[in-house]
Amino acid sequence: MEWANAIIQGTLLGGLYALFAAGLSLIFGVMRLVNIAHGDLIVLAAYLGLTTSTALGLHPLAALLAVVPLMACIGYALQRGVLNRTLGDDILPPLLVTFGLSVIIQNALLEAYTADPQKMDAGALETASIAVGGLSLGVLPLLTFAAAVALIAALQWTFYRTPLGRAFRSVSDNQDIAQLMGLNRRHVFALAMALSLAVTGVAGVLLGIRTNFDPSIGGGRLIFGFEAVIIGGLGNLWGTLAGGVILGVAQTVGAKIHPGWQLLAGHIAFLLILAVRPNGLFPRISG
Amino acid sequence: MPEPLLRIAGLDARYGDFQALYGIDMTVAEGEVLAIIGANGAGKTTLMRSIAGLVDNGAEQVVFRDQAIGALRADQIAGKGISLVPEGRQLFPSLSVEENLLVGGQAGRPGPWSLEAVYKLFPILEERSGAPSTALSGGQQQMVAIGRALMSNPDLVLFDEISLGLAPVVIKAIYDALPGIVGEGMTAVLVEQDISKALSVSSRVYCLQEGRVSLEGSSAEVTRDEIGRAYFGIG
Repeated sequence: MEWANAIIQGTLLGGLYALFAAGLSLIFGVMRLVNIAHGDLIVLAAYLGLTTSTALGLHPLAALLAVVPLMACIGYALQRGVLNRTLGDDILPPLLVTFGLSVIIQNALLEAYTADPQKMDAGALETASIAVGGLSLGVLPLLTFAAAVALIAALQWTFYRTPLGRAFRSVSDNQDIAQLMGLNRRHVFALAMALSLAVTGVAGVLLGIRTNFDPSIGGGRLIFGFEAVIIGGLGNLWGTLAGGVILGVAQTVGAKIHPGWQLLAGHIAFLLILAVRPNGLFPRISG
Repeated sequence: MPEPLLRIAGLDARYGDFQALYGIDMTVAEGEVLAIIGANGAGKTTLMRSIAGLVDNGAEQVVFRDQAIGALRADQIAGKGISLVPEGRQLFPSLSVEENLLVGGQAGRPGPWSLEAVYKLFPILEERSGAPSTALSGGQQQMVAIGRALMSNPDLVLFDEISLGLAPVVIKAIYDALPGIVGEGMTAVLVEQDISKALSVSSRVYCLQEGRVSLEGSSAEVTRDEIGRAYFGIG
């Protein structure tokens, strides 16, 4: 039963990792941009959630109503103002610029909020649990997993069933020809980044409710996100969920074997999958 | 004489240090089919890409409906009513046939062309509407590329090498469809390697040679000798 519990807790943890990863996957799929600042943007969202909920006296989940649109606006402005200028045949400029952005965000957060760990207070939700077949499942992890499934389903629907998704896919296929069809790629890329950071907003707030955070933890969230994306297969959203779950289960099972092995077990699972399936388990699929 | 629909004046085009076009002057009248011929590397595709906004130009070098469009982006030019059927089809591989057509209509310009109208012109596309565009034959892909360009209801369509690499029977089917396209009030510029085909469907012809206009005339009146000299620079 203890092992079953570890696997189920890992699966639910995988929902959070999938939320970290979905935005990365989306951006890479649309514009082949690897956003090194993604982890720090997750932490920024957590701080925005903290500020909103404390300033307005809101429950952290209610703060999502402000954080998600705010992050989407930041994403649109960031892409139009900075990142579009770095995109081209060379993949190095966007890597360097997002790395620089990561440093700037970390230092700005440090300046504004200090290095002290923070946490959002979600009240009874943090400890609430339901008993299922002898296992105790936390309501917050269940909610996180449900949010991951719902958001990935919504992203998948947007990608394959809407004019916006057609625009994303056609610009991803061939930017010049998409321009000929009347699509302004700079606007389309900015919409993709807005969508990515809206998802990041949800991930950041849920992270901030679940655990302590400080300005320096972005790098670790970026690694988890990358690992989930690569395990699942680049550009495949459902694969990203599977990647998050595999990473989460590997971590909780590792921790079950030895408390110090949690992170190591996740990285080893990632490396093993990378060795056996370099393109990930589910390389890019259609809808 | 009425103002031409499209006027190109002193158009130069460069790819880095390489100059592909030298001072091209050209006019396209409303409702006509204009043919552009020339050997490989003469600059025909560059000219099409320049008009469509994929190559940087000076603003006044391309004037469409009395408006300088040379410095606009390709998506802005598409919005003005110019559509390009690119060389090599260049469909979106991750989109289905129908999605490729719908992306073409993204600009939302009003006019006679719709999904239904394109399917009426090329009925095979309706049968294959859900198929990935990569699963189609070359001829069917060319039909999608033409339909995709029409979906924006352009005033001017640029066809770049629409018969390249296709079987003769497919080329005939596509050329048979051309009057139905131009008959809808559109103006067309046709880049074509097959000179007799180009002359038979067009009212005027330009020949390019090494990035310069080497011949301009009525398609019915130019002689084989004139074309030979303009095409190969000999005689």
